[in-house]
Amino acid sequence: MPRPSTFATLLLGAAGLAFAASLLDAVRLGTARQPSRNERRALVDKLGLTDLALFTEARYTRHPSQADLHSALQDHPAAFDHFPTGALLAPPPHLTAPYASLAGKTASPD
Amino acid sequence: MIQLSAVKKAFNQGRPNEYWALHGIDLAIEAGRVTALRGPSGSGKTTLLTLIGCLARPTSGRVRLKGEDISGLPERFLTEIRRQTFGFIFQQFNLIKGLSALENVILPAFPTGRPRTELVEKAEALFEQLKLGHRAAAKVEWLSGGEQQRVAIARALINDPAVIIADEPTANLDTALAKEFMAILEGFTAAGKTVLLTSHDPLVVESSAVHRVVGMRDGRLVDA
Amino acid sequence: MHPWLEKQRHLIDFTLAALARRKAKNIGLLAAYALLVFVLASLALFTQALRKEASFVLAASPEVIVQRMVAGRHDLIPPGYLEKIGRLRGVQKQEGRLWGYYYDPVVRANYTFMARPAEEVASGSIMLGATLARARGLQPGNLISFRSYAGKLFSFKVAALLSPDSELLAADLVLLSEDDFRAFFDYPAGHYTDIALSVANPQEVRNIAAKLANALPDSRPILREEVLRTYQSIFDWREGIVLTVLAGAILAFALLAWDKASGLSAEEKREIGILKAIGWETGDVIRMKLWEGVLVSLTAFLLGFVAAYIHVFYFGAAIFKPVLQGWAVLYPSFTLAPAVDGLQVATLAFFTIFPYSAAVLVPIWRAATTDPDAVMR
Repeated sequence: MPRPSTFATLLLGAAGLAFAASLLDAVRLGTARQPSRNERRALVDKLGLTDLALFTEARYTRHPSQADLHSALQDHPAAFDHFPTGALLAPPPHLTAPYASLAGKTASPD
Repeated sequence: MIQLSAVKKAFNQGRPNEYWALHGIDLAIEAGRVTALRGPSGSGKTTLLTLIGCLARPTSGRVRLKGEDISGLPERFLTEIRRQTFGFIFQQFNLIKGLSALENVILPAFPTGRPRTELVEKAEALFEQLKLGHRAAAKVEWLSGGEQQRVAIARALINDPAVIIADEPTANLDTALAKEFMAILEGFTAAGKTVLLTSHDPLVVESSAVHRVVGMRDGRLVDA
Repeated sequence: MHPWLEKQRHLIDFTLAALARRKAKNIGLLAAYALLVFVLASLALFTQALRKEASFVLAASPEVIVQRMVAGRHDLIPPGYLEKIGRLRGVQKQEGRLWGYYYDPVVRANYTFMARPAEEVASGSIMLGATLARARGLQPGNLISFRSYAGKLFSFKVAALLSPDSELLAADLVLLSEDDFRAFFDYPAGHYTDIALSVANPQEVRNIAAKLANALPDSRPILREEVLRTYQSIFDWREGIVLTVLAGAILAFALLAWDKASGLSAEEKREIGILKAIGWETGDVIRMKLWEGVLVSLTAFLLGFVAAYIHVFYFGAAIFKPVLQGWAVLYPSFTLAPAVDGLQVATLAFFTIFPYSAAVLVPIWRAATTDPDAVMR
């Protein structure tokens, strides 16, 4: 049975190496997976897509960037989100920003 | 070698349960001899032992080791002196459970940073001397009382101290083992070590291995 | 070897030997801690990678999407709308998009139908996203029928499947010709779902949006930067669901930390007293305990992180799949490119190692600083 501190040093050393290896691998994988990323980007360009197809439960989770102000409140203004992924996706910032144009000056007199 | 001047020790000072264990002790311990403190429980023997062995500081008075005043030293220096000069054998042995005899013995030397191989060698030599060689790797809770005490003795010797302090060393031993212990004491004297112990066991106090007996009662020295 | 180094090794020897006395408990503690780090690190790595993916891939989205709103709801783009935009300077290309949602009762999934030009998809044919094809068991050459919302049955032939690499974007896509789309959804002639604008100069985009707002007051332009910003806040800790996933682990861990920090048992106090009595300084005792805290938490961090890395980038964050999928039937299979944020890793390391080491150290402070004479009694 080796000395405890030797054992600990070896274990920690191995863990440290694994950690360093993971960081290096991150770089390697990043480069390796870039071509398929480029393909995806090309697809977005071709089809004019605007959202990731991660949450296909509801309209406002499938296309969160395109959702209108009231999508999440279909049945009742105070209704909770129906879908679990609604809790993962915050409302898009541009939805919660004030609608300045509604308060702005009009070009012609009322 | 060790000199105490007007040493007093109080516990819980300033609080309602204030208790003075020592009321002014003047004592000189000679080097190379075995000195025994004798007295009933509550007489302050153990407290005196802790003060001499730098486990605690006196409330007032001075403790001098080889002429140097150690009662006012900061903790770090005090600990170093304690480690180098004193080896303790506690009444309850106070071995660390769950660790082997060997690990217990080399423990006091850890802060010195000496290489482990050196410590293990020394420990094994001590085990040989104390006839514990075959029990080095055993966990201390599995050892018999006599074996535990010998492990405690080995632990006290690992740093080659000049002074051995033992608190009621034969309290948990039968006669045969007590006699063995006295023989070990004689070995210490032969090696030039100073020994200070407390006991109310006549076997110890009246033994030829003990050179001087100091009586204590109610925190004061009395004639033996 | 240098005495200081040797001394640290001795202290580590002791602290590990002490931990080894309760092997099962301490290995369990290490495992629980590593598990917690694993979950947190997986979440961090996954989120970061997904955000980077979105920001890279969606950078090719149209610069402006023009929607029409009637009484707060989406409405169709009527004929003539496109012409009104046509005269705006800086708009390179504009096209009306035709797309919508379809609920498939057979597998109870939602699909996105999109109309594409004739060169891409012929009438009567469709192209499917790979996830959808898998769910319906379809291959190129197969026939499939959908019942329209009006009740009529439409048959299509699967011309091709979209690449499996694109599942993250096209999981539920059904591409069909414009005529088929309009016929299937009974879409009024000349109307579109929305309009996609291409703008050459990125600085011009906001101006164009402003001009659009003036020219078409019932329009709502969505800029690409807004689309990208949507995905920067993905997985923000909005509601408790993400926390619920962690709650079990956090609770278990809080209990362990509380147990440690709530003080020493008499046995532990006595042992520290013994160490001090046999010649250890206060500093030695504290250093020894610090080694315990650091060794355990550092090991937990390294093991947890490496496991999280492998989990997210080689096993596709399989543990989060049930949470992410929710009630959806279609869930894309995708592999993310790693995007390791140094700051995040450093923060995780700090919060793993520091509080735990402190929790181990704090209760022994009092015991380590008391005079050792108590041991004699």
